[in-house]
Amino acid sequence: MSTTQAPPKGSFSLANLVKLDKKSKAALSDPMSENNPITVQVLGICSALAVTVQMQTAVVMSMAVISVLCLSNVVISLMRNHIPSRIRIIVQLSVIASLVIVADQVLRAYLYDVSKQLSVFVGLIITNCIIMGRAEAFAMANPPGKSFLDGLGNGIGYSIILCAVAFGRELFGAGSLFGLQVVPQFLYDIGYVNMGLMVVPPGAFILLGLIIWGQRTMTGYVEEN
Amino acid sequence: MEHYLSLAVRAVFVENILLAFFLGMCSFLAVSKKIETAIGLGAAVIFVLTLTTPLNWVLHDVLLKKGALGWAGLPDADMSFLNFILFIATIAATVQLVEMVLDRYSPRLYTALGIFLPLIAVNCAILGSSLFMVERDYNFAETVVFGAGSGVGWALAIVAMAAIRTKIRYSNVPSGLRGLGITMLITGLMALAFQCFAGIQL
Repeated sequence: MSTTQAPPKGSFSLANLVKLDKKSKAALSDPMSENNPITVQVLGICSALAVTVQMQTAVVMSMAVISVLCLSNVVISLMRNHIPSRIRIIVQLSVIASLVIVADQVLRAYLYDVSKQLSVFVGLIITNCIIMGRAEAFAMANPPGKSFLDGLGNGIGYSIILCAVAFGRELFGAGSLFGLQVVPQFLYDIGYVNMGLMVVPPGAFILLGLIIWGQRTMTGYVEEN
Repeated sequence: MEHYLSLAVRAVFVENILLAFFLGMCSFLAVSKKIETAIGLGAAVIFVLTLTTPLNWVLHDVLLKKGALGWAGLPDADMSFLNFILFIATIAATVQLVEMVLDRYSPRLYTALGIFLPLIAVNCAILGSSLFMVERDYNFAETVVFGAGSGVGWALAIVAMAAIRTKIRYSNVPSGLRGLGITMLITGLMALAFQCFAGIQL
């Protein structure tokens, strides 16, 4: 079961393409590998596991999270000097919840089937710790432009892991990708069987554990036990 | 009666909110290092879930559900898109209220749970069970049983995990797997064990 995948290196050239100063570039590219929100910061694990039985739901979920994360970072960053610190959590929550309602309505209008499959997990973007975490840690202290890039970077870092888990689960669990059969029929004829473990929840935990292992071995990040 | 018992067993074991629906993973991973703190957070989650899920049911039933505003002369209004924001507001308010009441009347319990209470407002298990309650169309009694059952299931999982993690401190885990990696693998094995309850019917 070779399921440990590296985050694509191409993401760094994206930052080089657009001329950005050093700090903005770091805000964009760090979360993609060394400071990945899921594997290193340990944020937003809940949804990373729940929506990854298929590639399609994982991609839609990633897009929803990226847009909510970018917008919430920008909005909170714009308001950062006016939010009294005692009630900042509730202000952040209401900004995020309103954005999630919009995302949910858009999904219902244009991608109804996927939105049915995602069920409660679209709503749970509100309590996705990545969004609260970035609002609290970055957007409250930085201007809107940088916050947008930070949101984009973290969103993409989240999506990379989400798609990696979904890729493994759909490929080994159902033999397909995006609903298209990729494991050829003759393999089934000679006795290949789909791995049922990948479809059920325990498979997601184990696969994510292995991906974290691979990713941390590559970046050399070691956690104290 | 049997129906409710079966619902409770399902919420605690078969469809454990953490191990089958992955809700509340963040605090589960962060707070499962010590057994005492795990028990504290587990108790707080049971308490808040038992309180907020029925509360949100009432709000949904009286204000937001399609046709619920009939008493106000708006029988066609469907306000259920406001679910998210109203539910999260109820949860944040309840947590705040519980914190204040505990501080005033039971300082001992407050100091025991104190640090965990604010964490609970953004625990997805709490919002998740409110959303599941809407999606599965539970009635009030079912909601109470489901809310409490989910809380007990979550607490059970985090306490078990804390016990395993205290043991694992003495093992030589490969360096890249330490911490989060090994915890995920163990959670996977735990989830596998909980899947065995799936055949049980009451």
